[in-house]
Amino acid sequence: MSATSDSLVIARRNLIRMGRIPEMLVFGLIQPIMFVVLFTYVFGGSIQVGASNSTQAYREFLMAGIFAQTVTFATAGAGAGIADDMHKGLIDRFRSLPMARGAVLTGRTLADLVQTALTLVVLAVVALVVGWRTHENLGKVLAGFGVLLLLGYAFSWIGALIGLSVRTPEAATSGGLIWLFPLTFISNAFVDANQMPAFLRHIAEWNPFSATVQASRELFGNLPPGFETPDAWPMQHPVWASLIWSVVIILVFRTLAVRKYRRAAG
Amino acid sequence: MPGAIHAEGLVKTFGDVRALDGVDLDVPEGTVLGLLGPNGAGKTTAVRCLTTLLRPDSGKALVAGVDVLKHPDAVRRSIGLSGQFAAVDEYLTGRENLQMVGQLYQMRSKAAKVRATELLEQFNLADAADRPAKTYSGGMRRRLDLAAALVVSPPVMFMDEPTTGLDPRNRQQLWEVIRQLVLGGTTLLLTTQYLEEADHLAHDIAVVDHGRVIAKGTSDQLKARTGGERVEVVVHEREHIATAVEVLRGFGKGEVTVEEHTRRLTVPVAGGARLLAEVIRELDIRGIEMDDVGLRRPTLDDVFLSLTGHVAETAARDEQDEPDEQDEQDESPADAGKEAVK
Repeated sequence: MSATSDSLVIARRNLIRMGRIPEMLVFGLIQPIMFVVLFTYVFGGSIQVGASNSTQAYREFLMAGIFAQTVTFATAGAGAGIADDMHKGLIDRFRSLPMARGAVLTGRTLADLVQTALTLVVLAVVALVVGWRTHENLGKVLAGFGVLLLLGYAFSWIGALIGLSVRTPEAATSGGLIWLFPLTFISNAFVDANQMPAFLRHIAEWNPFSATVQASRELFGNLPPGFETPDAWPMQHPVWASLIWSVVIILVFRTLAVRKYRRAAG
Repeated sequence: MPGAIHAEGLVKTFGDVRALDGVDLDVPEGTVLGLLGPNGAGKTTAVRCLTTLLRPDSGKALVAGVDVLKHPDAVRRSIGLSGQFAAVDEYLTGRENLQMVGQLYQMRSKAAKVRATELLEQFNLADAADRPAKTYSGGMRRRLDLAAALVVSPPVMFMDEPTTGLDPRNRQQLWEVIRQLVLGGTTLLLTTQYLEEADHLAHDIAVVDHGRVIAKGTSDQLKARTGGERVEVVVHEREHIATAVEVLRGFGKGEVTVEEHTRRLTVPVAGGARLLAEVIRELDIRGIEMDDVGLRRPTLDDVFLSLTGHVAETAARDEQDEPDEQDEQDESPADAGKEAVK
């Protein structure tokens, strides 16, 4: 019984499904693309970041935020997929087979990671078209995408737990999305958190999501001129903070989700 | 020596509901046990406990000689499970589904491929092998689900309501497949709410109600418990009922039951076909015109009624909300107020 090969069999299954339901990928792209366009052209002129109020500075500042928000939406995908498998009786079948216990969930989250990566590629192209530019070497830029993908992978384990805990795929979708809005908006993703009231600013600075946004923004070289990095530790060491948060989320939620899968499925 | 499936005192509660209230079962190797009962009786919970999907609160279970609670993984290697709802991935083709299950039974990818092709032939799905299961008819999906349970030819099989929702033709086909399987030596536990199905397929029947086994035996033994055969006559004219009752009383060995509005008369008899011929002759001599006449053996419906005091009435209603049946609600007694009579 091999955890790796079982996970790959399940990941392959989910990727085949993805290819046969391309709508999922397309719909997953519409929202972030809309955000790129809305924030760039509608709000872009009136949002000030750092010392600059140029539209170009905001455009570059914004993209890390939208990328990060997009990868967290993997939560909803993983949750809905797993809830659907439960609902259809597939989880029962898997659980009656002599396979590694965590493989159904690991396979699912790996497939979601592939989907998230594809989404990011398309989104990066759109961002380039509307004027986003990076100002660091290729290694750093790729590392910027790396921390984003790791965050997405971590969040898909939260989604897995939600999916195993609700009764219907619909509940998993909405349950997987609702809390993402406050999480992603009370952060540095779309605005300069320095301009928030003190109370919200503290939340934003310690928000795990902000750490990844700050990390990728730094790695892309997209911090606006005159930007004052807050004193909070995660903002001063965003790459470390992002890695630590993601790893902690994976460890905690993977443990909870696998336990839930073993005990309660069906 | 315990059978290939053996359970003692299985108890499982969901909140206040005792879905299993001390179930004992024993299925000798190579035989079929039909677990018969209405929805909510505890059939599915019993199967889920025996297939490692659910941990019973107390009790003991052995499958293929292995303790289910202590060595669930070893049990999983020796069982096949075919669920109430065709548990196949509808976006994968039939072939991909079977290959995936084979690989998850730890077969090598190539061996799983060969086995998938074999099963697709055997289950008459070769033409549809490379179409997503989404496009399959209900009967085809059930066959694919069953094929998935048979990938490693497990010695012990569990089928939870294998034909629920199938039309008669597909049901017959599936019965044939199941018969072949049993001829090959597989031990099978089958749950059903179709009394006819248990009658056709099972060597032994355990009738379940409210989480308990309330009767066990062969189909014939259970039928014998409800009393033997009877003659049933439907007379053409209402005014002939009185005369017919008189005739039947002469042949019967018990009370004549009369249903006025259907003009149906029933009487318990002993004497079989020869007696039936005499009854018909006598009725004919008295000039009574008959719409229908026959010798009836008790059905399992009668058995269920006489054992539980209520008919298996929840079946029709619960078929409408199939998706819910998978969760615990399925196992809440549909009519908790009623008692088993007898």
